Amino acid sequence: MANRASSDRPATVALIGNPNTGKSSLFNALCGGQARVGNYPGVTVEHKTARMPLACSTFKSIELVDLPGTYSLSARSADEAVSVEVLCGEMPSVAKPDAVIVILDATNLERNLYLLSQVLELQLPTLVALNMWDRLGKEGMKLDAQKLSESLGVRVVCTSASKRFGIAEVQSALLEILEKANSTDSRGVLERSALASASFPKAFLESVDELEDWFGAQGCPLERFQIERLLIDDSQAHSYRVIPKRISSEVAQRIATTREHLATQGVSIPLFETRARYGWIKQRVVGVVERQVRERRVSTSDRIDRWLTHRWMGLLFFIALMFLIFQSITAFASWPMDGISFGTQWVGQRVEGMMAPGPLRSLLVDGIIAGVGAVLVFLPQIAILFFFIAVLEDCGYMSRAAFMMDKFMSALGMSGKSFLPLMSSFACAIPGIMATRTIENRRDRMVTLLIAPLMSCSARWPVYVLMVSAFVPKQAVLGGWVSVQGAVLFAMMCIGALVAIPVAWLLKRFVFPGAPSTFIMELSSYKWPSFRVVAMRVWERVLSFIARAGSLIFVTSVLVWAAAYFPGDHSLLDQATARLEAEQADPNADEAKTQAWTSQINQLKSDLISKSYLGMAGQWIEPIVRPLGWDGKIGVAVLASFPAREVIVATLGTIYSLGGGQDETSQGLAENLRSATWPDGRPVYNLATACSIMVFFALCAQCVSTLVTIRRETNSWRWPIFSFVYMTTLAYLGAWIVYNLMRFWLDP
Amino acid sequence: MVSITLNDLQEGQYGTILDVEGNDALAARLLEMGLIPGEVVEMIGQAPMGDPVEFSVVGYRLSLRRIEARRVRIERT
Repeated sequence: MANRASSDRPATVALIGNPNTGKSSLFNALCGGQARVGNYPGVTVEHKTARMPLACSTFKSIELVDLPGTYSLSARSADEAVSVEVLCGEMPSVAKPDAVIVILDATNLERNLYLLSQVLELQLPTLVALNMWDRLGKEGMKLDAQKLSESLGVRVVCTSASKRFGIAEVQSALLEILEKANSTDSRGVLERSALASASFPKAFLESVDELEDWFGAQGCPLERFQIERLLIDDSQAHSYRVIPKRISSEVAQRIATTREHLATQGVSIPLFETRARYGWIKQRVVGVVERQVRERRVSTSDRIDRWLTHRWMGLLFFIALMFLIFQSITAFASWPMDGISFGTQWVGQRVEGMMAPGPLRSLLVDGIIAGVGAVLVFLPQIAILFFFIAVLEDCGYMSRAAFMMDKFMSALGMSGKSFLPLMSSFACAIPGIMATRTIENRRDRMVTLLIAPLMSCSARWPVYVLMVSAFVPKQAVLGGWVSVQGAVLFAMMCIGALVAIPVAWLLKRFVFPGAPSTFIMELSSYKWPSFRVVAMRVWERVLSFIARAGSLIFVTSVLVWAAAYFPGDHSLLDQATARLEAEQADPNADEAKTQAWTSQINQLKSDLISKSYLGMAGQWIEPIVRPLGWDGKIGVAVLASFPAREVIVATLGTIYSLGGGQDETSQGLAENLRSATWPDGRPVYNLATACSIMVFFALCAQCVSTLVTIRRETNSWRWPIFSFVYMTTLAYLGAWIVYNLMRFWLDP
Repeated sequence: MVSITLNDLQEGQYGTILDVEGNDALAARLLEMGLIPGEVVEMIGQAPMGDPVEFSVVGYRLSLRRIEARRVRIERT
């Protein structure tokens, strides 16, 4: 099968390794900036693939697949199950790998060899990248790579991926391995007798033989390693996914009886595997590693750690860091944001200048440019937040944050590992929800996943920033150190997280009762973050945000525009606009005449929008949203933002751009909102309304992508519906309370 | 030698692993992470709220909750 003439197809090479071994650096070094991020269909585990810039004589090209960082291939979490499936060629979107690169941390060889011993069982051509080679000396260690290669029977290359050392050697070794895999019968893989599984108990190996035959007879041949996983790992684990439904109950039956049989033979599942593998590792590393200093020196990393996880200093630093991050986002983002919004307006005016008034011009300027532009403005903030997250993750602080928060999180039915998903959710709930798959315990994972959408994601910022800049006074208090606007933004940021605390507790208490979970986590050494890794992560996130603005938000903008434009007759308005523009083009224009045209246009616009489909929906929804201090336009904008929260800004932009109330000196949406009035002339928006809208958006579940992601991750519609109902109820109640409190406070 | 567990180590104290108790997925995970009989473990420190605890084992830092640390039997070195 592997020997087919294959120069016409691309080779697939999988990259796998423990977390914190420099896998991302190696991937980037091997592929440059070519990576594409995607999801494995049906499981939402993110994966990266890239074409390697290498010419290979036996294959058309080489695709490198980056597998999730993992300590073992026992299919306990979704990540690990995906790795096994990809390596066995069961993943529909990825061809079975022609070779595997296993990256090992040279300073922590024994533990890293555990994963290698499992990968070798799959009998794929394998290359070992012995990374962190440069750090061996500092750790007081010596390693004989030649000897290791001989005792493993696998090609070993020494690398320091972050310094780009050894990359060319990896490439040439990989080419050799691929050529060999294609030309010889043995494909350059180890004999079964050289594998760790050779020392498994005889009874176990016989059972695997039996099952292998049985699966073959059922028309569903499985690799030996997959059968071993079925026998060794918990039955609820993910290894069952590869089994066709028609035989799944029979398989469960067979596995159970085989386990009983093995128990009578004295095979202790699952520990015999771990013991056998470490036995194998011990034999392989004899004379390979030499620790010159037996005594552990206090490393710089440990010294930093003493402060950063200190009882008081650690917590203080943590809080100060979070505050600093959110402050700098508001500070640094303003300049590029101004640039983007200026650019949008410039494009809009250009298009206006080129076209005569009419439906198409309205669609382009009021619908698409105003809508998408209103959202793109927030790109800088999102980029900055993801930059900070990427830096914290890459320098090793993120795992300390998890370590410090674990006790608190576990009281709420989560674990320290919930911290990263929740922190990511401050940028976007979708990567946050997907990051929960690293949490093995089901209860911890479900609670984290269900409260993640309450964290103040970047899609809410557009709403907050708009409302705050329009309605919160630009003042500084406490001697000029704290701006009121900044403080309100910070409060909005916190509100979801604060509400999440009782919600998590209730979920733990009433929805997911159960035994406490575990918290077994590596605390990687502190290091300087790699510029390339950080840049790659930010770039991936920015691209996916732009993709969303270009698809979901684009479509909603057009739909909202259509609902606000039709079915009215716009011919009078178009004529008036054309007259006004002609008037303005004339240098000797009469000021009074221009004014008259402008006010007539605004009158026409607001008549038309109130008669549009959107206006009709607004009248219908108004009684429901009146208790929150909203008018029909806000109600409609909120309805229309069901696909994504930030859409409300685009929708309001479209509604007010179409609906008039603005003149040529208008300073954009904030100004439009301030000048919006009820029919009796009172302003629609005041501080109470603005806060009510912000609190609603802080707590609501207006995000289709989040709900779809929850559906995919939990494999049931029950949980997205549950999330939507509980969050919308919270949002309505919260907005009502805040509106009434604020009204009382502003105007007792 | 009185049998103690990882949970009994104070900051800066060392122990040699004798055994991981139990025969379940947790025990397998602890072994996978390198808590193998014969390895020397040092207790590095604890989180601000007293739990979890940081250990140094086979050349890296591992965080365990106290309830998990109790599963690992050690002798003092």
